[in-house]
Amino acid sequence: MDINEIRNLFPALSRKVYGKDLVYLDNAATSQRLKSVMDLWNYLSSNSTANIHRAVHRLADEATQAYEDARISVKEFLNAESREEIIFTSGTTASINLAAFCFGESFISEGDEVIVTEAEHHSNIVPWQMMCKRKGAILKVLPVDDNGYLKVDVLDEIITERTRILAVTHVSNVLGIINPVKDIISICHSKGVAVLVDGAQGAVHCNVDVQDLDCDFYAFSGHKLYAATGTGVLYGKKKWLDAMPPYMGGGEMVGTVTFEETTFAPLPMKFEAGTQNFTSTPTLKPALECVKLLNINNLDNIKGFILDKLINDERITLYGVPRGTGEDKIPLFSFTVKGVHHEDMALILDKMGIAVRSGQMCAEPLMNRFGVTGMLRASFAPYNTIEEAEYFVKCLDKAINMLI
Amino acid sequence: MTLIEAENSVIEEFSMYEEWLDKYEYLIELGKSLKDYPESAKTDEKLIKGCQSRVWLDYRIEDGKIVFNADSDAIITKGIISLLIGIYSGRTPQEILSSDFSVVEKIGLKENLSPTRANGLVSMIAKIREIASVNA
Repeated sequence: MDINEIRNLFPALSRKVYGKDLVYLDNAATSQRLKSVMDLWNYLSSNSTANIHRAVHRLADEATQAYEDARISVKEFLNAESREEIIFTSGTTASINLAAFCFGESFISEGDEVIVTEAEHHSNIVPWQMMCKRKGAILKVLPVDDNGYLKVDVLDEIITERTRILAVTHVSNVLGIINPVKDIISICHSKGVAVLVDGAQGAVHCNVDVQDLDCDFYAFSGHKLYAATGTGVLYGKKKWLDAMPPYMGGGEMVGTVTFEETTFAPLPMKFEAGTQNFTSTPTLKPALECVKLLNINNLDNIKGFILDKLINDERITLYGVPRGTGEDKIPLFSFTVKGVHHEDMALILDKMGIAVRSGQMCAEPLMNRFGVTGMLRASFAPYNTIEEAEYFVKCLDKAINMLI
Repeated sequence: MTLIEAENSVIEEFSMYEEWLDKYEYLIELGKSLKDYPESAKTDEKLIKGCQSRVWLDYRIEDGKIVFNADSDAIITKGIISLLIGIYSGRTPQEILSSDFSVVEKIGLKENLSPTRANGLVSMIAKIREIASVNA
């Protein structure tokens, strides 16, 4: 597919803001939505609105089919061993909360230890912190170096015999560095420590193979990879999911219910209590089909161009500076401008038609690590063009000159 | 210049710029012109709650008139508070309380700010009114 064909798949890209062409560079927060995703959502809304897994009527059957088709798509996308290992949630945050809570219930006792990294999104810190507090466990932190790389070499010292699980992001939403999760998992497993990978960014930019990674859990969201909002996935190895108690009770997660005792449904429904998002979750299927297709089209041109501009501009500090030529960085750039507030920059860029993110980006500990109150972030998707990258750099310069 | 004249002058000034980018440029200049806010006055009590960036508003009374001084770590926000100070500083509490602050709607500032910034603007106005009523 050439870039114009790709862009035509996303209706929002042709819109204007303030009379200017939209340049959407906030993809790490939410990507624009595929036409095929909207079509499926509309089709299901018009034809197959019915509660899944329950009624025997035709509409429910169709809705169930669409929902379970998406599960097969996710299983194939992640190369999971079985569909039972794919739990649908409302997003990455919900996935990690589920994993942290239920893993904690089964495997964490007082005095046990959980490791997170300094590069985590709040969603991969707070659920663990809450669980540790509940269980009397200790939360430890694997730090990053000045370039934003995880200090994997100190992992050995941080892991003790009380360490039960480590939660790490595949790719930091601030630094854009692809973490060596396979190595981390291998180190952890050699010491009997389970690993959850936050794939909110990784699922979009890396070819994920959970069997090859050998991760115990992998979480991601649909809305960052062109699907509808309110869709998310928790992959978990069957051995863990079987051993963990349900997260919420009610709906189709049961076997039999009496007032004395309830047995639970087999996987994956054990973790899918209540009415599921049966209209949005199926949109993961067309979205994931597209992810595989789009990743063929690489963003190396844009990445090289932006890296060169940002690194060589003395007014700008880039966070997450790749050691090599950028193979281990996704096209996501967080930076600050000397003497300029990030919010002012974002506001000016907005009026130029450019959507970027500004602020703490849900990673306050990382902001503290680098001694800033916030950053600007431009994150690119396969539908962004080199012309947009050039326009962004030009506007960045103009905005800085306005503000300094 | 009366308060109403000052309001009208801001409305006129703002309408000269057609593009919002130019209006921002004007606000940035206003922000830059606001100087000499002492570091020692950047206290929690003077911090306006509800703004995304930090804004401090201080005042003193001179001949029964309220003289405002402000600062912010974001320059556009500083421009906005500077614009408000330009209108409301050096007025008696009664004058300030008699204003309906419709100037911010008339220049289209509110709808051209993000919701969080618009909230900040509301907080700034509330703080100015509060200071006026405390000293009335």
